[in-house]
Amino acid sequence: MSVDTTTPAAAPAPPAPQRRTVRERLRAVDAQVAPYAYISPFFVLFALVGLFPLVYTFWVSVHDWNLIGGKGAFVGLDNYAQALGQENFWTGARNTVSIFLLSGVTQTVAAIALAAVLNQNIRARTFWRMGVLLPFVIAPVAVGVIFSKMFADQSGLINSLLTSVGLPAVGWHSDVFASHVAIATMVNFRWTGYVTLIFLAAMQAIPTELYEAAVLDGASRMRQFFSVTVPMLRPTIIFVVITATIGGLQIFDEPRVFDQQGLGGADRQWMTMTMYLYELGWGPQKSFGRAAAVSWLLFLFIIVIGVLNYLATRRIASSSSGGK
Amino acid sequence: MTTTRVIATFGTIALATAVLGACGGEDSSSGSDSSAAGENVTLTLATFNEFGYEDLITEYEAANPNITIEHKKAATATEARDNINTRLAAGSGLADIEAVEVDWLSELMQYPDKFTDLNSPDVEGRWLDWKSAMATTPDGKLIGYGTDIGPEAICYRADLFEAAGLPTDREEVASAMGSTWEDYFALGKKFMSSSDVAWMGSAGEVYNAMVNQMPNAYEQEDGTVVATSNPEVREAYDMVTQASADGLSAHLGQWSDDWTSSFQTDGFATMPCPSWMLGVIEGNASGVEGWDIANTFPGGGGNWGGSYLTVPTQSEHPEEAKALAAWLTAPEQQIKAFVAKGTFPSQQEALSSSELTSVTNTFFADAPTGEIFADRAEAVTVVPFKGPQFSAINDAMQQAIARVDIDKTDDADASWQKFVSDVESLG
Repeated sequence: MSVDTTTPAAAPAPPAPQRRTVRERLRAVDAQVAPYAYISPFFVLFALVGLFPLVYTFWVSVHDWNLIGGKGAFVGLDNYAQALGQENFWTGARNTVSIFLLSGVTQTVAAIALAAVLNQNIRARTFWRMGVLLPFVIAPVAVGVIFSKMFADQSGLINSLLTSVGLPAVGWHSDVFASHVAIATMVNFRWTGYVTLIFLAAMQAIPTELYEAAVLDGASRMRQFFSVTVPMLRPTIIFVVITATIGGLQIFDEPRVFDQQGLGGADRQWMTMTMYLYELGWGPQKSFGRAAAVSWLLFLFIIVIGVLNYLATRRIASSSSGGK
Repeated sequence: MTTTRVIATFGTIALATAVLGACGGEDSSSGSDSSAAGENVTLTLATFNEFGYEDLITEYEAANPNITIEHKKAATATEARDNINTRLAAGSGLADIEAVEVDWLSELMQYPDKFTDLNSPDVEGRWLDWKSAMATTPDGKLIGYGTDIGPEAICYRADLFEAAGLPTDREEVASAMGSTWEDYFALGKKFMSSSDVAWMGSAGEVYNAMVNQMPNAYEQEDGTVVATSNPEVREAYDMVTQASADGLSAHLGQWSDDWTSSFQTDGFATMPCPSWMLGVIEGNASGVEGWDIANTFPGGGGNWGGSYLTVPTQSEHPEEAKALAAWLTAPEQQIKAFVAKGTFPSQQEALSSSELTSVTNTFFADAPTGEIFADRAEAVTVVPFKGPQFSAINDAMQQAIARVDIDKTDDADASWQKFVSDVESLG
């Protein structure tokens, strides 16, 4: 190896002009190619663990494919048609969007507010800042199990509290909306702190001159927050919303452990899309073909929602900055 | 120059590898040839929960010095099931002996080629007929050796029975329960007329016992799905949802957190209980006095649960694995497992052994549980046929009942319609 690299340098020099062009050409190639070579590991890995599965899943989705039995007949888009014709598929889509909205919106708003508080001069700042991240280190399944006990319909802590102050008990496992609130609560519990830290970091990057100028103009704290902080957070908000969309639409662990069967409730009250595709592929049906079709539909669905969110966030952020 | 050298080096390495590989090949082939004659063999055994095999493994290794056993225990049956499915699909990685629970055995029975035929004259007639029938393919291949079973009796709260003016002695209770599910519900109504406690945990729990008494609940042997047209299924559905409407149910989904904690708060008075449920009740109801067990089961005998040992064709030592599985499931060993962990044996001979029949359970008021469950095992006459769609349809049915009984989102007819469309969508 070392011999290889030293050989060209030690080699007798060829005629000068030619040598320069070769060197120059090499250098030019190096300048153009090297950056790509340096980042290529990511793309090679992505092709292996991202792109290939994606394409292969599509291949599976156009076949009759059993988990154990393997590939069967080519069925074209039958699996897609089958999925779209299922009531459960649409129930799953409804639940997914609903849980995503309940968790995503609450989380983003709460995180910005929390970050704004943590960005002030408060005592024991580091303690509070680390504190908000604590729930994040708990495994989602553990969170799910603990919260499921709290949200138990008859014996749960939350219903006991509600009834003790004279309120009616809530059917956390029977009512569609209540079950979504319960699951969104678990998600928020875990993620709000994490998102808060992202916003906090972004807030600290906002130049203080902007605030000084705002103060000179007589802007109140509230006004500063909405007219300086929020617009300056725009790229971060877009980032958070996009990642929350991708994660939120694939929510699985928390709803899966919300009851013992893990099928999303007797009336599929809280069955999400990923739970539905898991049930198709690994449940009693073992139909990989159908599961693959649903996962492709989910993929397209995430792209659509992601783009919508991107456009919406851009608009909100730019309009609140007062027309730039 | 350099290139040639590199090629030469690679060539040498390749050659060396080939030679070494050839040597290795020879080694391993000679190894398997002589293994029958005492070559060292390592067998892997995969079980879940508690099979009670720890001491037996040591015993087997001592008797067969050439065999080393690696025991892998999964925490839950679901985990073991996922593992088997994944590795069957991958085509490698399974243990030499894989324990399979009866509930998902039917799914694996569709792929008999993936399992070694375990038929052998030595084990003929070892198990209760219905136990081995469940692991036998239509063309007579035996996929698994039976380990334990879950014959069902009725567990009841004697103290609550007494408060409601019902008999409390387990023989009197058994005769008061009658012999059909109608009798069971009738006694429930009588109980409820003078008690605030519900008669049963949920409608689905009782339905689960009923469906295990139907020979072809959802499918015919030829694969025809009859779930929605089978009058037996509809009858059972109507019966349990009616019982729920009559107020007999505590509306507690089995295994839910509410169900678990209800043992401490007098949630319900009776439940169908397979032998392995005793430990569950004892754990959940610890400190509660009054549980007892009646030697009866409505609608004839019933079985819920139990497992098998299979030898996947992936195994490199199928003969040795088969021998070990046969030894582990022999009556003598299964009785030891029963003594160790309470897994009720499925072997004819074990059921009459005095070691088994003399067992009593202090938590259940010193009930002679060994004798009771041996009787209950003999009472099982029906082998429920569970085809490829059984679990999917049964899940849908359990959800249909839960919608009426627990969630109360639908009435019985509306929920049945949803069940019908769920079954149709499986197609």
